[in-house]
Amino acid sequence: MLDLISVNKSFNIGTVNEKHVLRNLNLHIDDGDFITVIGGNGAGKSTMLNVICGAYIPESGKIILDKTDITYFSEWQRAKFLGRVFQDPMMGTAPNMQIEENLALAFRRTKRRGLSWGITEREKEIYHTSLAKLGLGLENRMTSKVGLLSGGQRQAVTLLMATIQRPRLLLLDEHTAALDPKTAAKVLELTNEIVTQNNLTTIMITHNMKDAINIGNRLIMMHEGHIIYEVSGEEKRNLQVSDLLKKFEEASNGEFANDRMMLS
Amino acid sequence: MSILLTFLSGTAEGLWWAILTIGVYITYRLLDFADLTVEGSLPLGAAVTAVMINAGVNPILAVLISFLAGCAAGFSTGILNTLCKIPPILAGILTMIALYSVNLRIMSDKATVTITSETLKEQTMNLLKISNVNLNSVVIGVIFCAVIIAVLYLFFGTEIGAAIRATGQNKNMSRALGINTNVMTVIALMISNGLVALSGSLIAQFDYGSAIVTMGQGSIVIGLASVIIGEVIFCHKDHNFAYKLSAMVFGAIIYRCIIAFALRINIFKATDLKIMTAVIVAFALSLPVIKEKLAIRKMKIAHIKENAAQEGKKHA
Repeated sequence: MLDLISVNKSFNIGTVNEKHVLRNLNLHIDDGDFITVIGGNGAGKSTMLNVICGAYIPESGKIILDKTDITYFSEWQRAKFLGRVFQDPMMGTAPNMQIEENLALAFRRTKRRGLSWGITEREKEIYHTSLAKLGLGLENRMTSKVGLLSGGQRQAVTLLMATIQRPRLLLLDEHTAALDPKTAAKVLELTNEIVTQNNLTTIMITHNMKDAINIGNRLIMMHEGHIIYEVSGEEKRNLQVSDLLKKFEEASNGEFANDRMMLS
Repeated sequence: MSILLTFLSGTAEGLWWAILTIGVYITYRLLDFADLTVEGSLPLGAAVTAVMINAGVNPILAVLISFLAGCAAGFSTGILNTLCKIPPILAGILTMIALYSVNLRIMSDKATVTITSETLKEQTMNLLKISNVNLNSVVIGVIFCAVIIAVLYLFFGTEIGAAIRATGQNKNMSRALGINTNVMTVIALMISNGLVALSGSLIAQFDYGSAIVTMGQGSIVIGLASVIIGEVIFCHKDHNFAYKLSAMVFGAIIYRCIIAFALRINIFKATDLKIMTAVIVAFALSLPVIKEKLAIRKMKIAHIKENAAQEGKKHA
């Protein structure tokens, strides 16, 4: 359903700080794939998601979604197909708007906005049931400002916002990294539930190798702007964290020794 | 009696400036965009109105056309900001400075254009049979403000209105939810400057009786002062939007009344108006910091006292 074809993206071109982040990156995603992405800092994981969602336009290469070339679509145009959850819990919601208003914004992600009401009574029932499914009691606080919620609650709301209109592709950029371990586990559990129940095609970046192995049907490892290792299905299920670390070192000729601490 | 009259004239003036305040509120608070275009779009509205009324155009029509002229000014700032990526303050300054020339063109190179034909003021006074000028202004001003608040309340409840509010709070999220943040920024700037020009049109008709090319000077500060006064005195976070807009109207009225009363004191001259405005705004903006400092001081004193009491117990 989604193809990245030899995508290149650099920053600060023509200066001493020039950095070639994505190097001839190729990736093919099938319908229903749940891909976890791991890799050291600066490997290009987030840049890859940003190129897919349109925050960056690549210098060369193509992005094909369902046979449509979306390489030059702007960010808001692509939003029709994509659901996104960011690393920073502040980034996914409007803090001074109510929970239901935030959901109403997300509910219109795929539609053209006009002069009809921004939120209707009928929708509120949908939001109520969806919020109740999160199990955080937020269905009773629908008119609270999102700014009053904790980071974990916000990420849960953002996750709901990203999926309340079924996205063709869900992009999760380390969405549990800023949360404490217990909350992170809860949000991850919710993620898994929502993705499997709705059979969503998903890419999830994570720094947690265990999560990367336990969740999803495919795992890719990135280094210096391209994919250096890929595993799926049965092989992935039998993977151990130690295997991944070994792969890291093999692929990078020991360069990863320094990153190892951070990744385990 | 004279105090009452000062209050009445302050209220009348405040109601015209309230419309500007609502415009400033839309950009400054909803869009998080400090828009200096205001200083040019206020005289733009006045200039368009004066010239059109003198040419025999119906005053109401002149008001509507000045609103559209203000929209055009906002459009210009919006394009500079969104397409050319010029920072908000600079984009506003560029349009403002350009409008100075435009306004002089409209006014045929005259710094002041006196309105010689019948304005909305005379028409309404004849219609309502109110002999007091200020009382008439208050009645018409309240009607204008009420209609504008009602329309904006409805508009910001629509899908586009919600998208504008979202754009002001979180552009990243907005784009991820399929909102074209550039278009929303331009729309909000157009509405805001349209209202400011409308305010200029009414000030020219009801208050000055003329359009003055320099009348925009300091208007953004007046707008901000009124916004902040309105918020500090009347607003809490959870109030609804119509209430907040009404608070802006009262903020503008209070600001005008403060100025009107200050000018009654003999030590102040009319030319001191600008420094008084600056002082009021500076004070209002630093209020949260002052409040916090005072609170910390209070805690500190309580803390010292507590320590002293414990010391005393030890010795005893």
